[in-house]
Amino acid sequence: MFDPTTVRKDFPVLDRTVHGRPLVYLNSAATSQKPRAVIEALVRFYETCNSNVHRGVDALSEEATDRFESARAKIARFVGADPRGLVFTRNATEALNLVAYSYARVRLGAGDILLSTQLEHHSNIVPWQLVAPEAGFEIRYVPITPEGELDLDAFEEIVATGRVKLFTVTAMSNVVGTIIDVSALAARVRAANDEAVVVVDGAQSVPHLPTDMLALDADFLAFSGHKMCGPTGIGCLAAKPELLEAMPPFLGGGEMIRDVTLEGTTFNDVPYKFEAGTPAFAEAVGLAAAVDYLNALGMDAVRAHEVAILERAIPALEALDGVTVHGPKDPARRGAALSFAIAGVHPHDVGTLMDREGVAVRAGHHCAKPLVRALGSAATTRASFYLYNTVEEINALCAAIETTKQFFLPDAGPGARSPGRGQ
Amino acid sequence: MSLDDLYMEMILDHYRNPRNRSSDLDGHDVHVHHSNPLCGDELDLRLRVADDTVDAVVYDGEGCSISMASASVMTQAVTGRDLADADDLTECFRLMLHGEGIKREEDLGDGVAFQGVAKFPVRVKCALLGWMALKDAITTYREGGAEHRVTHE
Ligand SMILES: Cc1ncc(COP(=O)(O)O)c(C=O)c1O
Repeated sequence: MFDPTTVRKDFPVLDRTVHGRPLVYLNSAATSQKPRAVIEALVRFYETCNSNVHRGVDALSEEATDRFESARAKIARFVGADPRGLVFTRNATEALNLVAYSYARVRLGAGDILLSTQLEHHSNIVPWQLVAPEAGFEIRYVPITPEGELDLDAFEEIVATGRVKLFTVTAMSNVVGTIIDVSALAARVRAANDEAVVVVDGAQSVPHLPTDMLALDADFLAFSGHKMCGPTGIGCLAAKPELLEAMPPFLGGGEMIRDVTLEGTTFNDVPYKFEAGTPAFAEAVGLAAAVDYLNALGMDAVRAHEVAILERAIPALEALDGVTVHGPKDPARRGAALSFAIAGVHPHDVGTLMDREGVAVRAGHHCAKPLVRALGSAATTRASFYLYNTVEEINALCAAIETTKQFFLPDAGPGARSPGRGQ
Repeated sequence: MSLDDLYMEMILDHYRNPRNRSSDLDGHDVHVHHSNPLCGDELDLRLRVADDTVDAVVYDGEGCSISMASASVMTQAVTGRDLADADDLTECFRLMLHGEGIKREEDLGDGVAFQGVAKFPVRVKCALLGWMALKDAITTYREGGAEHRVTHE
């Protein structure tokens, strides 16, 4: 394992203060901070070889194209994908929309089930809902247990219909951290219907777990650069190239064509067929630098570090009166997005109070309203950890929770009472 | 600006000891439901009108201390006022939260405690929820309606 106090030195923003206190950044599930290596890679690209890719015949453009394509190869390798199947998008959301419009919309129809789950981020719910009416397929959701795990009996019941033609699931929940055994579920879905494809939302898992598309048994894998130490504006859809080849384009424009006449267009090879317009090539180079950074630490070590954090953080939070941790309690079953509730204090009040203590957490529904509703609330407070977080920061979190309780529930005894109703 | 500006004793008091918090009101004329999907706050407001006056108003809901306390304060500030006056007071509260000074300070009552919220832009919406629900209930009443649901952007 690595020493997070050394790792922290690579992240300039972690040096700053907030409201006069050292920043304790516990919001990496929303977006991660960036190491100097990534920031410098962007600067270096712009300072040394910026030019549009796949366009010019000049040296600069060739260099830029080279860097862009080696970034693609590196990022593909990072998730065990074929570079020809690695499409650059803006983010995980766009990647999932691509699959919705260019696969589900045309390949699923009446009688088919698209199976999602109640654990999902809105970006793995809404795109399917947008295309379902036109395509005529039905969307079903695997419910969750109170622990925040998928209800496997319900899953089995739906899959046994043999009608599931696309199964989409997050590999790691952004709210309750649950890690999904994707390959086991994928095997079940495929056994029940050999035409079924498996879509994995890797927005949380790719930054935090070693990832291999083959091991996951995924046909499509979506992820975002900004949650894995990379820049914003760049994400990926990793897919089996032969699937992409059979799919119609998503967006039209330059780059994605082979020939255009006023009568019609023939499309470029994959993955370019799905990259209309000037891609975010500088950001792709930045994301490759992030992959280098993560590889140098080792994704196994990143995971081990987060398990070590969870082994301390979960008992520490649960030891506080009135605090409940949502989701699986076993660090082996979960990632480092840790949602919790303080009895009698609304998450927004928690968030504001914590911010004053320099502790950045997220309060709200985390773009997963069906999930948060299933937990029985409208909002949670989420502390999410990453490779730069330390044990001291767990202590700072716990201290900030105590301060918050003191503020809102000054005379609460153990267990804390709930003011008003409906909390 | 300090936290105490945001959570003055008065606000905390209304949060811990809500006034006119109820999910029912005998003979109410209007029921509105307002939600703020961004933060998940939900608020039900019931209004009974007599002689064009706020005869009674109650709220219920789920939300942060700012939104719930503000609704509690609102019910006290507007009960007994004629509808136009209640509307005007709502506008005064809104302007105060947007940092445009305090008008009708006396009439706002405990509402003035919320002036500090103006310094926390992300929380202004919370503080306005109950008041906007009241304004909507009055409009709905004037238009002859009895039910209205609003989702704030
Ligand atoms: C599980 C999950 N899926 C999808 C997304 C969407 O990511 P983006 O907004 O980068 O497209 C997120 C981001 O919060 C996420 O946590």
